Amino acid sequence: MNKLKALFAGESVKISLLSIVLGLLIGAIVMIAGGYNPLLAYQSMLEKIFGNAYDMGEALRAIVPLIFTGLAVAIAFRAGMFNIGVDGQIVMGSLGALMVGNMISMPPIIHAIVAIIAGTLLGGLWGALVGVLKTKRGINEVISCIMLNWTALYLSHMVIKAFMAEEGTSRSQSIQESASIQINWLSGLLDGARIHWGFALAVVALIAYHFYMNRTKWGYEIRAVGNNNHAAKYAGMNVSQVVIRTFFLSGMLGGMVGTFEVLGVFKYMAIASATSGLGFDGIAVALLGMNGALGILLAAALFGSLMYGAQGMSFGANVPGEVIKMVISIIIFFAAAPGMIRWLLNKTKRSKQANREG
Amino acid sequence: MEILGFLINGTLVFATALIFAALGGLIAERSGVINLGLEGFMVSGAFSSAVTAYYAEQAGLGAAAPWLGCLAALVFTVIFSGIHVIASVRFKANQVISGIVVNMLAASSTFFMVKLLFDGAADTPVITNVFHRIHIPWLSDIPFLGKALFQTYPTTYIAFILVIIVYYVMFKTPLGLRMRAVGEHPGAADTAGVNVNRLRAWSVMVGGSIAALGGATIALTANSSFAFNTISGQGYIALAAVIFGRWHPVGAMGAALFFGFAQALKDQVQLYEFARAIPTEVFYMLPYVLTLIALIFTVGKGSSPAALGQPYEPGKR
Amino acid sequence: MHNGEIVLELKGITKRFPGIVANDQISLQLRKGEIHALLGENGAGKSTLMNIVFGLYQPDEGIIELNGQPIVMDGPNKAIECGIGMVHQHFKLVPPFTVTENIILGMEPKRGFGTDLKGAASRIAELSKQYGLNVNPEAKIESISIGMQQRVEIMKTLYRGAEIIIFDEPTAVLTPQEITELLQIMKRLVDEGKSILLITHKLKEIMDVADRCTIIRRGKMIETVTVADTNQETLAEKMVGHRVQFKTDKRPANPQDSLLDIANLVVTAENGQRAVDGISLSIRAGEVVGIAGVDGNGQTELIEAITGMRPIESGTIRLEGRDVKHGSPRTASEAGISYIPQDRHKHGLVLDFDVSENAVLKSYYEERFNHKGLLDRQAIEEVAERHVEQFDIRTPGIHTPVRSMSGGNQQKLIIAREIAKEPKLLIAAQPTRGLDVGAIEFVHKQLIAERDKGKAVLLVSFELDEIINVSDRILVMFNGRFVGETTPETTSDQELGLLMAGKHQGGDRG
Repeated sequence: MNKLKALFAGESVKISLLSIVLGLLIGAIVMIAGGYNPLLAYQSMLEKIFGNAYDMGEALRAIVPLIFTGLAVAIAFRAGMFNIGVDGQIVMGSLGALMVGNMISMPPIIHAIVAIIAGTLLGGLWGALVGVLKTKRGINEVISCIMLNWTALYLSHMVIKAFMAEEGTSRSQSIQESASIQINWLSGLLDGARIHWGFALAVVALIAYHFYMNRTKWGYEIRAVGNNNHAAKYAGMNVSQVVIRTFFLSGMLGGMVGTFEVLGVFKYMAIASATSGLGFDGIAVALLGMNGALGILLAAALFGSLMYGAQGMSFGANVPGEVIKMVISIIIFFAAAPGMIRWLLNKTKRSKQANREG
Repeated sequence: MEILGFLINGTLVFATALIFAALGGLIAERSGVINLGLEGFMVSGAFSSAVTAYYAEQAGLGAAAPWLGCLAALVFTVIFSGIHVIASVRFKANQVISGIVVNMLAASSTFFMVKLLFDGAADTPVITNVFHRIHIPWLSDIPFLGKALFQTYPTTYIAFILVIIVYYVMFKTPLGLRMRAVGEHPGAADTAGVNVNRLRAWSVMVGGSIAALGGATIALTANSSFAFNTISGQGYIALAAVIFGRWHPVGAMGAALFFGFAQALKDQVQLYEFARAIPTEVFYMLPYVLTLIALIFTVGKGSSPAALGQPYEPGKR
Repeated sequence: MHNGEIVLELKGITKRFPGIVANDQISLQLRKGEIHALLGENGAGKSTLMNIVFGLYQPDEGIIELNGQPIVMDGPNKAIECGIGMVHQHFKLVPPFTVTENIILGMEPKRGFGTDLKGAASRIAELSKQYGLNVNPEAKIESISIGMQQRVEIMKTLYRGAEIIIFDEPTAVLTPQEITELLQIMKRLVDEGKSILLITHKLKEIMDVADRCTIIRRGKMIETVTVADTNQETLAEKMVGHRVQFKTDKRPANPQDSLLDIANLVVTAENGQRAVDGISLSIRAGEVVGIAGVDGNGQTELIEAITGMRPIESGTIRLEGRDVKHGSPRTASEAGISYIPQDRHKHGLVLDFDVSENAVLKSYYEERFNHKGLLDRQAIEEVAERHVEQFDIRTPGIHTPVRSMSGGNQQKLIIAREIAKEPKLLIAAQPTRGLDVGAIEFVHKQLIAERDKGKAVLLVSFELDEIINVSDRILVMFNGRFVGETTPETTSDQELGLLMAGKHQGGDRG
């Protein structure tokens, strides 16, 4: 209990919470400036999230991918690396799952399992490629991630158009029903909200992440490399291997996002002009969640609900949903520069003191 | 011959925006600040120039509209470059994250404003007074070359002039010496009396505005409007051009021309039966794949500014 | 001759950092044309004081007077304006720039819009001649020697019209010959009317060149003495606060069989050059072999090759007759090699890990700590507790991040970890860098104790005193080769100095 108390009294938690408050506040100011009613907007957002069983289920559906992308970014962060290639790993995961789900026929359950493995592996390999480029050729991971994101996007378009084109639309054919991982009885219970087995795996992933990082030798190695890769090398760790392994794991987590979106939610892949951006949202989740399992869960819940609730804002208060994207960017902005909040706190403290003395 | 002329001309047109953005990115990165926000600066530039040109047109300013649009892009984008400066220079945030924030914020806020200004529409109305191709007197009449080089948008010429200016400032003037010093070894510059963080702030902001011109070029030539997909990835290609061009203005221009060529080729090649077999995605992919390949083969020749990505704390020496 | 007027005076300077008072009421007077030494141990507050003079820090109390006028130093620009220049310990030079570009940076002469590089180069050539600095204005910094780079730093201050020059530990990186040259340059500068503040912890330099010396200890000023009226022993005592033993107690060595045998070893550095150029070396169990030499003569590469951190080009490394040359750091460690690295922050520790996590940095994967991938926290904590107890590591607890511990205690933790492995060969590189006298004594005793337990010890140090005090046998490394072998009993500083500069034993053989 004391531990929990200490955690919430900690400065970084304070900064995370203040970032959220400031984000929502500035969002409100933007709405006022645009002539909207922010209270009504936030209210309709909350109604959208908690209004009925369907919406609550769908809000959860929006949270699940953020848990995975948050974990994907966080595990790389812990190894001292930046995986902004999660977007591309998601695309590859979707593609792998789609190809197995669409092009191969198998009995149910087995089909789904094989599709999940295919998507996860493809995402993992796409991630590992970043690690290989970094360790073998010294290419900065940020650069290769950007290049690989766009490469993955166009690659998926090519494959879809060549093998799984749905004529007259800008999307692929659907997967076979045997590959679906939707939990139908639960979806039925929630008025058709798209609930799938990825929910359960998200919980497993969170626990496994916590355990892996803090209690195993592999997690110890990742943290050693992340904090000081020179010392890790001196200590006899195979730094290249740790880097590649971490990117593989990170890519697998990203690949799972794409897999579940295809097998559990949409059943097809869209030919979009850009990647989903979920990987970038993962940066926000990891940052706000301070790379810990619990933090990631909470941050994903927050951002996922905000994003889902944004639809309610435009419906209920006529406010463009982009406001929520702005709010999220502002939250990362503050969370990424803790110096700013410290500075703001100092200023208010000082002006309070000045008031008292004056 | 005819086709080649079109190809060169198309290359120039497509490369223009990339040159602006790459120069902008290069200026910031040479001073030591990673500039992942190029995409956001371009979005901001495209948005502000389109909106300004539209209202200028409505106000009856006619041919001046696109020029006012460019001016607006320069000024408006300071909001976003300013955010990058505050986070990454003033408060030492991670420069990569700060750049991503700029991109997210620029996209969401400009789309928000478009919806606000134009009654919920997803894009701005079409602007009629945009930049038009100018035919340079008698140079444009030279057979082949005239069509290839001297019948294009004024912004294209400005982009090339800017390459020369940036080169000169960077390598021949005291300001350039200081900028490069700040990007290589900020401690050395600081003890020599150069205000490191102020110079970095200026570099990011000037660079941001120049990159915004790239966005404006797209909105005010090819598109004649601004929508959510006006930029879609051009900023990242420009970043690739900076790296591909090894942080040198002429190199970046070369890379931008090359990527522009890939895009022009895509348009021209479609005219041929045999070439239609090549998926267009191959051409979209080209800049990214080539940059990766170039990086794979130029390993070890570190040419990025030594202090790139490292915030500078005057206290820590 | 040294009763010139006072050009710079510090009065009661106090500077506090969170948790410590770095400078406590320090006063000092610098006269025109004198070399004034500032003597103190590592961490005594010398650098803080000089950074205050140079405007990099603001003092919390006290005033700075320039030519009798109080002045607020609010930045390097102000210091430069006041005619104060600083030659930093870690050079502030931009490697890909030329000498000229580095010197004019921040004060560039203009021609039109552009930089007047030609004019600048000729002015630099002129200054170079006047002070006998001998620098080539066109050369790139990355291609010139350390000594030359330092002269560029001096030139930077002169170009800016400095009258007062601060030298911050200027000899730490130089060869003995370069040191002699530097001291001559300093004398020449004061002859030309400049005044010099010399920060150092080396007594010999002060005796050689300084006129007066101010001693500070733990942030407090002890006193200012005239160098001519004192001697090294007195200075040392004042610096440390008690009588200093210049010699470490040790019994004669009792060397056994040869343990490490290196033959014709060649190792390449990052720049592709042969850093270790065909070296052969044997170390016996029960002896300390010291490798003397100036930094950058291949010592680092030699050690990294032995410890498996760097691949070798050719040659053999044998430990007890077994080949270890194709090893990795882990195989080297498992073969019985322990290594106290030169840079404890870069290599020795993960600063954000706590004491217990650092205690098992090299052994976490062994069966006693690792059960099928799962780490045994209890076993790890037990080991950490034992280290803390046995080596008297001062820390609030084993779950304290090592970042918050003092340098001495961090080094003790590394030594504990490396010795606890019961190695056959213990390698120590610069093991006392940045430590105070008490900690230095502790480290030296540990090395000798290991020797007496029958281990082979290889010590690499740039400090001659350390080499002479601890070693049983001394090898001198220059340019990737051993250029001499001697013993502490038979050698002298002068002989070692000559060898370190590449002058071979017994005449000039090349």
